[in-house]
Amino acid sequence: MGVGVGKYVIRRLLQMIPVIIGVTFIIYVVVYALGDPTVGRCGERACPAGYIAKFRADYNLDKPLIVQYLLYMGNLVQGDLGTNFFGNQVVDELASRWPTTFRLGMMALVIETVIGISAGVLAGIRRGKFVDNLVTVSTLFLISIPIFVIGSTAQLVFGVRLGWFPVTATQGTFYQLIMPAFVLASASLAYIARLMRANLSENLRADYVRTAKAKGLTNTRTVGVHTLRNSLIPVITYIGIDVGVLMGGAVVTERIFNINGIGNFLYRSIRLKDGTSIVGTITFLVLIYLFVNLLVDILYGFLDPRISND
Amino acid sequence: MRGRTRGMVAVAITSLALVATACGGGGTEPAPGAEDPAGQAGGEITVYGCTPQNPPIPGNTNEACGSYVVVPITAKLIRYNVDNAAPINDIAESIETTDNKLFTVKLKPYKFHDGTDVKAKNFVDAWNYTAYGPNGQGNSYFFGPVAGYADTQCPDADCKQDPKSKTMSGLKVVDDKTFTIKTSEPVSNLPVRLGYNAFAPLPDSFFEDPKAYEAKPIGAGPFKLDSKTNTEFVLTKFADYGGDAKPNVDKVTIRIYQDSSAAYADVVANNLDYLDTIPPDQLVGQAFKDDLPDRWLQTDAGRFTSVTFSAWDPQMKNVELRKALSMAIDRDLIADKVFNGTVTPATGWVSPVVDGYKAGACGENCTFDAAKAKSAYDAAGGYKGTLTMTYNADNAINKAYSEAICNSIKNAVGADCRAVPTVDFATFQNKQDAKELKGIFRSGWVMDYPSIENFLTPLYAKGAIGGGGSNYSEYNNPEFEKLLAQAAAAKTTDEANTLYQQAELLLAQDMPVAPLWYPKTTVGYSDTVTNVKVDAFEQLDLVGIKRK
Repeated sequence: MGVGVGKYVIRRLLQMIPVIIGVTFIIYVVVYALGDPTVGRCGERACPAGYIAKFRADYNLDKPLIVQYLLYMGNLVQGDLGTNFFGNQVVDELASRWPTTFRLGMMALVIETVIGISAGVLAGIRRGKFVDNLVTVSTLFLISIPIFVIGSTAQLVFGVRLGWFPVTATQGTFYQLIMPAFVLASASLAYIARLMRANLSENLRADYVRTAKAKGLTNTRTVGVHTLRNSLIPVITYIGIDVGVLMGGAVVTERIFNINGIGNFLYRSIRLKDGTSIVGTITFLVLIYLFVNLLVDILYGFLDPRISND
Repeated sequence: MRGRTRGMVAVAITSLALVATACGGGGTEPAPGAEDPAGQAGGEITVYGCTPQNPPIPGNTNEACGSYVVVPITAKLIRYNVDNAAPINDIAESIETTDNKLFTVKLKPYKFHDGTDVKAKNFVDAWNYTAYGPNGQGNSYFFGPVAGYADTQCPDADCKQDPKSKTMSGLKVVDDKTFTIKTSEPVSNLPVRLGYNAFAPLPDSFFEDPKAYEAKPIGAGPFKLDSKTNTEFVLTKFADYGGDAKPNVDKVTIRIYQDSSAAYADVVANNLDYLDTIPPDQLVGQAFKDDLPDRWLQTDAGRFTSVTFSAWDPQMKNVELRKALSMAIDRDLIADKVFNGTVTPATGWVSPVVDGYKAGACGENCTFDAAKAKSAYDAAGGYKGTLTMTYNADNAINKAYSEAICNSIKNAVGADCRAVPTVDFATFQNKQDAKELKGIFRSGWVMDYPSIENFLTPLYAKGAIGGGGSNYSEYNNPEFEKLLAQAAAAKTTDEANTLYQQAELLLAQDMPVAPLWYPKTTVGYSDTVTNVKVDAFEQLDLVGIKRK
C-alpha cells in the first residue's frame, strides 16, 4: 500500500494546481468587477486626485486586468499574497488570525465529533426508545434554526443575562471561545448524530452482525468495534468536509462574537472592498480545503480496506 | 493494515486535535478595570473602535474609525470646547490677523511624544506634505484657501507629472515659535478650521521615515499610542502634554469591532465602557434605554441630512415644484416613527451646534402642510412620470426613511414616488458622479469644523461643483457667491455670520436642496464610568471621562 499511497498523493497534488489557478482567476475577475475601490474611502466626499492617483499606482490598478493577474500570480508562487489596501502584507494578516480560527475550528470539531457520534450511537442502538426520540427532535431543532439566531440568542442568554460565558471573544482565548465553538458546532453536531444513527441502525441489521452474535461476541464488541467502524465511513466523509468549512473561518459566528479570525477578516475585506485581501484569503481557503480533502481520502484507505487509493 | 494500527491512527488524530486546541498561541485575558481606591483619577477604560480606512497619519485621516485613534494622540493649534464647540487655543499662543488674509501664529512650548519640541517648521512641513498632490493625502483639500495651494496639485488626473511646487507659498516659518499663513482670498473663519486632523503638526521623525511613523504614530496630544494589534489600539496618558486639559484616566484601550451588535452586547454586559454606534434594531422603540438604564446619552452633532433635487432632471428646474415637494414631507412624523426621536427635524440648512446658526431659515417650505403642498404642487404642474428617491442601501436606516419620504409625498400631493436603492455608498457616489440620478436623492453632510460657513460653501458654492466637490445640486447663484465673499472678508465673526445667514436665506428662495433633519448621536456606556461627554464631532471626550 505504501507506494500506492505515495503515487496517489502526488497525483492529487498535481491535480490541485489547475484548480487553484482556475479559482484565483475567477475570484480576481469578480473582485475587479466590484468597481473602483477608492470610492467611499474618504468619508462623505470624493477623494482628492492625488490620493486616487497614488492608490492606483501602489496597487497596480492602472494596468489592464490580465497584467494585474499575472503580476499577482507571479508573487503568489513565491508565497507573497500581496499588500492589501491598508498597507499590510496579506500573508501577515492571515498568519496573525490563523491560530484563532484554527483553535475555534478544532474546538468545534471536537465538540461535534464527540457529542454527535455519542448521540448518534445511543439513538442508533436504542431505536424507537426515548433516547432515540430525544435525539431526533433536538437535532431537528438545531438544524432548522439558522446559526445567527442560535449565536445571537446564546450570546444574549448565556453571556449578557446569565453571565456564564464572555459576551465577545475579541482576544480569542480558550475560555472565550467555548460558547462560539458550541454555536459553530451546533448544526454539524445535529447532522453527524443523524448520520451516525441512520448508519448504525442499518448496519445493526446486517448479516455479519448476526454472525458475530451467533459466534458469541458480546454486544459491546459487536457494536463498539465492528459496526461502529463501518458506520463511521459516511460520518468521516462529512467531518472531512466540515473541517474544510471550519478552517475556512466561520463568518457569521466570528461576526457575532467579534472573533479575530479568518472569517471576520474575509467579511471585513469584502465590506471595505479590499480586493487584494479578498483574493488572498480565498486562495488560502481553497488550499486548505484541498489539503483537507486529500487527508480525508487517505484516511478512508486506513479505515476501510475495501477502498483502495490507486 | 491491522486493526490496532487503524485505531492508533484515529487516536493520534484526536489527540493532536485536543493538544492543538489547548495550546496554540497566547491570547491574553482582557485586563480587568484597575481598582483605584481614590475612585476618580486614573484607571483604564475600553472604548469602541473599528478598522481605520487609512494608516494613522493625521493628514490622511478623515473618517470615524481613523479619527478614534488620531484625535486623542494629536494636538493642533486649537481644540474645540466639548459643550459648545467654541474654539480654544491649544498649541497656539495666539492667531492674529488684521485683514483675514495674513495670519500670524505664535506657539506655546509643547512636546511631541518622542520628547522633541513642537516648532513652527513641524506645522509648515506637515501642512505642505498633506497638501502636496503626489503624497496622496485625503485631507489635502483643507489647504485650498492657502496661497500657492494650486501649485502643489497634480496637473493631470493620473499625476504622471510632478506639480510645480512641493510647498505652498502662503506658509512661512518666521522663527521656532512663529509662522505665518497667507490665504489667496480673505477667510474670516480660518482660526476655527485649524482644529481638524488635517492641521496637526508632524514630528521631524515622520519626514525621516514615514513608514515607521505609520507603525508608531507620534503627536503632541494628551494621549500617546503604546501599541496596536489587529484587535486593539492601546493609548496611555502622555505625562508631558503641554496643554492644561490633562486626562483623568491612565489608559484607553480602543477595541476593534467589525459589527456594532457585538459591541452593544459588550456594553450591556459592562465588558466595554463606551459605544457610540447603537445598532438600529436597538433604537426601535427606544429599546436601548431599557438595556442601558442611566447609561445612555443623546447629543446634537454637526450633521445634516437632506434631499437634493436632481440638477440633471429637467422637471426639477421648476422652483415652485421643489418647494411644494419639500412642504409635502412630514419631517416630524418620520423623526418620531422611523428614527425614534434620534433626529431633530430641520428648519434650515445649518446644524444647530455651530457658531452662526439661526433657526427657521427654511420657513413654511419645511413645515408639513398637505393641503397647501397639494395646491402648490398642482399650480406648479406636478411631476410627470415616476418620481424616484435614490438612496444607498448599505446603511439600514436609509431604506426606512426614503420609503417614508416617498409615502409622505404620495399621500400629500399624489405624485408617483418610488424609493430606489443602490447597493452601497460607493455605487451611489459613482451614479452621482456620472449624473445618472433623476428625481430626488439622499444627501448628507458631516461638518469639518463648527462654523455656519462649513454648511454653505462646500455644498452650494460654484467652486464645489464637480472635480471632487460636494455641490451635487450644482447650485450656482452669483448673489450667493457675493455674500460668501463678503462674509469671508468680514472683520468680525458676528458680521461674517450675519452675511452667511443672509446667504442661507437665498437657499430658502431657490430650494436646491430640501433640508430634512439633524441626526443626533446616541451613545451607551458602562456603569463603571462617569463624566461621559460627547462633542459636536461625535467624539468621546477622552480627557474628561473618569472611572467611578
